[in-house]
This record gives sequence, C-alpha cells and structure tokens, in this order.
Amino acid sequence: MENNHILLSVQDLHLHFRGRRQLARVLDGVSYEVRREETVCLVGESGCGKTVSALAILGLIPRPPGEIVSGDVMCKGKSLLRLPEEEMRQIRGKHIAMVFQEPMTSLNPVFTVGDQIAEAITVHENVDRAEIRRRCVQLLSDVGMPAAAERLDDYPHQLSGGQRQRVMIAMALACNPEIVIADEPTTALDVTIQAQIVSLFSELQKKRRMSVLYITHDLGVVAGIADRIYVMYAGIIVEQGDCSDIFRNPQHPYTRGLLDSLPDRSRRGEKLHSIPGQVPDPACKPGGCPFHPRCNLAVDTCRHVLPAMCDHGNGHLSRCPVLSAGLGKRNLRHVADYVE
Amino acid sequence: MKKRARFQEFCELLKENKLAVAGFIIFVLFFCIAVAGLLLTSGAKPVIDPAMVRLEEKLRPPLARPNLEVLRPDQIPRLNIYLLGTDDLGRDVFARMLQGAWVSLTVGFVAVGISVLVGIFMGGIAGYYGQSRVRVDQVLATIVLFSGAMLLAFGLRDAGLVLFIIAAIYIFSSLAFERVLSGRHLPASVQVLFRGVVSIDTLIMRFVDVMLCFPSFFLILTVVALLPASMYNIMIVIGLTSWMGSARFIRAEFLSLREQDFVTAARALGVNDWRIIFRHMIPNAVAPVLVSATIGIATAILTEAGLSFLGFGVPPPHATWGNILSDGKRFIFDAPWLTFAPGLAILIVVLAFNLFGEGLRDILNPKLRERY
Repeated sequence: MENNHILLSVQDLHLHFRGRRQLARVLDGVSYEVRREETVCLVGESGCGKTVSALAILGLIPRPPGEIVSGDVMCKGKSLLRLPEEEMRQIRGKHIAMVFQEPMTSLNPVFTVGDQIAEAITVHENVDRAEIRRRCVQLLSDVGMPAAAERLDDYPHQLSGGQRQRVMIAMALACNPEIVIADEPTTALDVTIQAQIVSLFSELQKKRRMSVLYITHDLGVVAGIADRIYVMYAGIIVEQGDCSDIFRNPQHPYTRGLLDSLPDRSRRGEKLHSIPGQVPDPACKPGGCPFHPRCNLAVDTCRHVLPAMCDHGNGHLSRCPVLSAGLGKRNLRHVADYVE
Repeated sequence: MKKRARFQEFCELLKENKLAVAGFIIFVLFFCIAVAGLLLTSGAKPVIDPAMVRLEEKLRPPLARPNLEVLRPDQIPRLNIYLLGTDDLGRDVFARMLQGAWVSLTVGFVAVGISVLVGIFMGGIAGYYGQSRVRVDQVLATIVLFSGAMLLAFGLRDAGLVLFIIAAIYIFSSLAFERVLSGRHLPASVQVLFRGVVSIDTLIMRFVDVMLCFPSFFLILTVVALLPASMYNIMIVIGLTSWMGSARFIRAEFLSLREQDFVTAARALGVNDWRIIFRHMIPNAVAPVLVSATIGIATAILTEAGLSFLGFGVPPPHATWGNILSDGKRFIFDAPWLTFAPGLAILIVVLAFNLFGEGLRDILNPKLRERY
C-alpha cells in the first residue's frame, strides 16, 4: 500500500567518475524516494553529490567519464537507467522536470523567453501556435511574473535574476510534470528574492499537486517547505526523516553541525559555529564513516566500518551508532562537551 | 517590439564604422547591378546583348557613339552609346560586364554557401560528438564504401554498387542498433574490430589540417581541369576547398557551448540532439562564421576571376570579369578600358566585402568594440 505512493526512488546508487589516473566515487550507495505530492529536500555541502544524483535521475550524466556502477532509479515501476534514450527523452520535461541553479546561464541568450517556454511544450505536445502562446502567458503569470504577456518577447538579458529563475520554473512546469527537481534554485539570488522563490515553490506544489525534490545546502530554506529531509554527506545519505524530526531531534553529528551553523537570534554576538574541515575529495575518501575526520564524537570503529542506518522510529534513520547508542535522547548543542 | 531592439543596436554600431557602411552600400549596389545584369542580358532576345558581334565597331573607346551608318538596325546598342567601349570583336563591354557581375555574385554566394554548410556540418559533428570514438569496423566499412564509390566512378557499375550498398547498410545499422552490434558476445580476436581507435574529433580536425595543407588554388586548378567547364562545377569546387575555416570556428564554439548550462537545461526538458544543435547551439555559434563568410565571398569572387583569367573558368561565350580581363590584356596599350573596367570592378567589390566583413566582426565581437 505504502509503495503505491512512491513516485520516484533512487536505490543504492553507486556512481563513479573515471579520470585518467583516479576514480572519483561520487555516489556511494544513495537511496531516497519521493512520494506523491510531497516536498523532499536533499541537503548537504557543496560537492557531496546532490546535483549528480539529480542528473543521474534524468540520465544526464555524461558517460564517459561518468559510470553507474550499481543501483537503480525507479519511476512509477520503470527503471529509468535501463530505458532507451528515446523513451528517456519522453520522460524528461514531461514527467520529471528540472530547475537549474544558475538562472543567468541556464537560459539561451539568443531566444526570447517565450520561445524557450514554448520549446518545452512543442517538444512533448502537438499544439498550435496560438494555444502555445496562451499557455506560455498562463505559465508566466502562474510563476508570478508581472505583465506576463509583454515579458514573453523579452530576451533573457533584459530580465533580472529573480525573473529569470521564474522563467526557468515556468519552463519546468510547461508540461505539467509530476516531479520537479529544483537544484539549488535560490543560491544565485539575493535573500528577499530567495524567500519569494521558495514560497512560490510551495504554493505551486500545492496548487498543481506535484512532487518536488528540492536540493539545497541551506537548512534554513528547508524548514519552511520540506515534508521530509535527506541529509547527504560525501556520496551517502547520513540521516533521513520527517522535517520536524530532523530539526527537533537530529541524530547525526553532521546534521547537528549544519543546524548549529545556522545563524540564530538567541545567540547574537556569539561566534558563528562552523564544522571544521572540508568535504573530502571524492577521489580519496576516508575509510569507515566518511565524516569521522571532522567529527568530534568519532570512536575507533568509525574509522574502519561504515555505520549502518539506525532506526529512530517514524522513518527517522541515521548513520551514527555513537549518537544512537546513548546520547541521542538529550538535545545537545555542543555534544563534544559531554563526550570529553 | 523588443525583437527589434537588438537589430537597432546592430544598425547603430554599424553606422559608427563609416568604412563598413560604405562596404555595405557597395555590396547592395553590386547586388542590384548583378540582378539587373541577369535580367537584361539573358533570354533569347536580351535587352542588352553581350554576345552581339559588330566587327566594324571594334575597340571603340568608352562613351563613344555607335556609327549608325555601318550597323544594321538590330546591331545598334540599346542605349545608343558604348558606355565602356567595345572589345576586339566589337562587343559592348558594358553589356559583358553586366553579365559578368551575375556570375561573380552567384559564384561568390553559392561557393560560400556550400563552404559554410559543409563547415557547420563538419565542425558541428567534431564539436558535439567529438568525444565518441570511431571503431575499427566502422573505419573498414568506410574504406569499403569509398572503394565502392571509386569503382562506380570508374565505370565498374555492378561491383561498385554491391560494395557501396553493403558498406552503407553496415554503417547505418551499426549506428542505429549500437547495442546489438557492440560485439560483446564475440570471441576476443574478433572484438579487436570493435575497439574504438580514434575519436571523431581527431578524425575530422586532422582531415581539416590535411585540407589546409593543399595550396588550394592549385587544387582547384587541377580539379577544374579534370571536370567539364561550367559555372556550377566552379562553385562546387571553390566551396569544397574553403570550408575548413568555418569548420574550425564552429568546432571551437561548440566545444564551449556544449558545456553551457542552457544546453543541459534544454536536454533536461527532453529536447533531442538535433534540435539542440540546430536551435540552441548554431545560433550562438554563427557570428564568427558570418564574418568569415563575408570575407570568403570576396575570396571566392577573386578565385573565380583568377580561374576565368587563366581560361579554366566559365566557358568563353559567357562573359565573366575574369575572361574580359584576360581577353583585354592583349590590347592593354591600345584599349586600356578592356582591362581597367573589370579590374576596377573586381577591386571595388572585393574591397567592399572585406570592409563590410571586418565591420561585422567588430560589431559581433564585443571584445573588439572598444578599440574604435
């Protein structure tokens, strides 16, 4: 019964990029699922494989150098990785659409905005020009573009960043896809526009009854819109669960680190917390739990064995045996103090 | 309304460059003259007949009045004046120049059209599909294909046709059913045949290098000497020996455009490869090709004039600027207008195309704009 609601699932995906000398293990067994009419957030630092996993869903990983070693992507019972290119093309844009990070470069500079939205429609549907035009205007006004009919004949360079991102969203929505993958859609925008775009997404999601896979590195954005959250680190999912569980009761030191890094009004004047170190290079990841070099809770086993998922109930899973074993119940701001 | 803004900006930038405007005006004039030349000098009874021989009136200077007493009524030139004089057979040089203008125009445009099309095709494939490798079996099949074509060309029709068709079917099916024919199930010794040896990019760009090594004028001379003389052969030969520049431009542009976000975005919308190439990438890549094409027209006109001058061009009764010049050189001291008229015409037209082309380059390449 539960399974019927799952629209898209990524199952234990291992994806490597093979270079001349080295092998970058970008995804090391990532699994997540998106259910009908739900907003799922994929959170993690830059370079942990969020975007790559989204591109892998759409089959847009260049091969070579990319190489899917094992795992699968299922959409409504079909394996997307095994579909021939032609059928995959039918799915892109029509069933699964994507909004990219950089609105500045993701629009073709030589075409008007209208042409580009229309393109998504003409590729998948056979409709006449007047109808396409009408739908483009409708889409643009749906995404909150003022004076939509006039903006249609603008070139991308005549629009602001926020307007361009709205156009990108309109392009993604053009064929009423069931799933929209939003790859850091607000990163390139300033804060006020960010808030507008985020609320636009949740509004569209409700109105169109679609699923959204929202990729971001900003937990603050996530809080307002996510139903469920997956926290990714160095090519694996380290914690997953409902939005409220993750925020109230984080069970992985990385998630805690991310939450602590958020600026908070109650801690005004204090130095902003940050996680020491950097995301490891995917070509030379540490053994065991990939987070252990940066983790202040790491014990000896963390260095050798990749921890399995521990269940905390209500679909809340995390990959930290140390926290799950005993310290998990308390809400700790600085877990390190207790350990030492 | 907004669409026009870009064009207006273009016009304003063009206006600043006086030489380019002059080039453009001359280009338009030349175009009109050439079209008028075609209309006036062709047909069974042309308005101005470039082939009318008046032996009584040979080597008359420019602006001379025809001697009405010696001419039959149908021999009298329509304008009642020899604007550019007459040649050694008493043909009206003005009429011949008009006829030659059309030849120059079509040779210039068609040859450059061919070269740009071939260039975009080759450069586009090298830039977009360049990373894929050509397999040994495909190379072999292509060799068989070519030898089949050669056999066909030398008259061995049956053997040639069989080889050609077999190779064509093999290449087509190996591209269309790539998975089936990948040869994985075959023994190791046969699998060598299915190994990728050389990338498409290397193949095409090295071929471009080879083509560039030929001294192109002599290559054209050789080919034209082998082929029957006609205007169309000349266009095709000039076109097929001058596409390398645009292929290189397009490849370079494609290499950078392929990695652009909007190409990935288009692909994520389910746009297919051809549509991405033709709708998204080529419009972004044509600017440098446009410039080199404009200058290429000038080169093609010069090449055609050179060929005609040497007697390898358009066959004689038809006038071209090159063969007027060639005919006139024997009388250069007695009748200088026979060499000066076509010579000046070639000079002005070629100069105009070059100036316009360079003006275009300055406009289309924003990095060069600030210098002026």
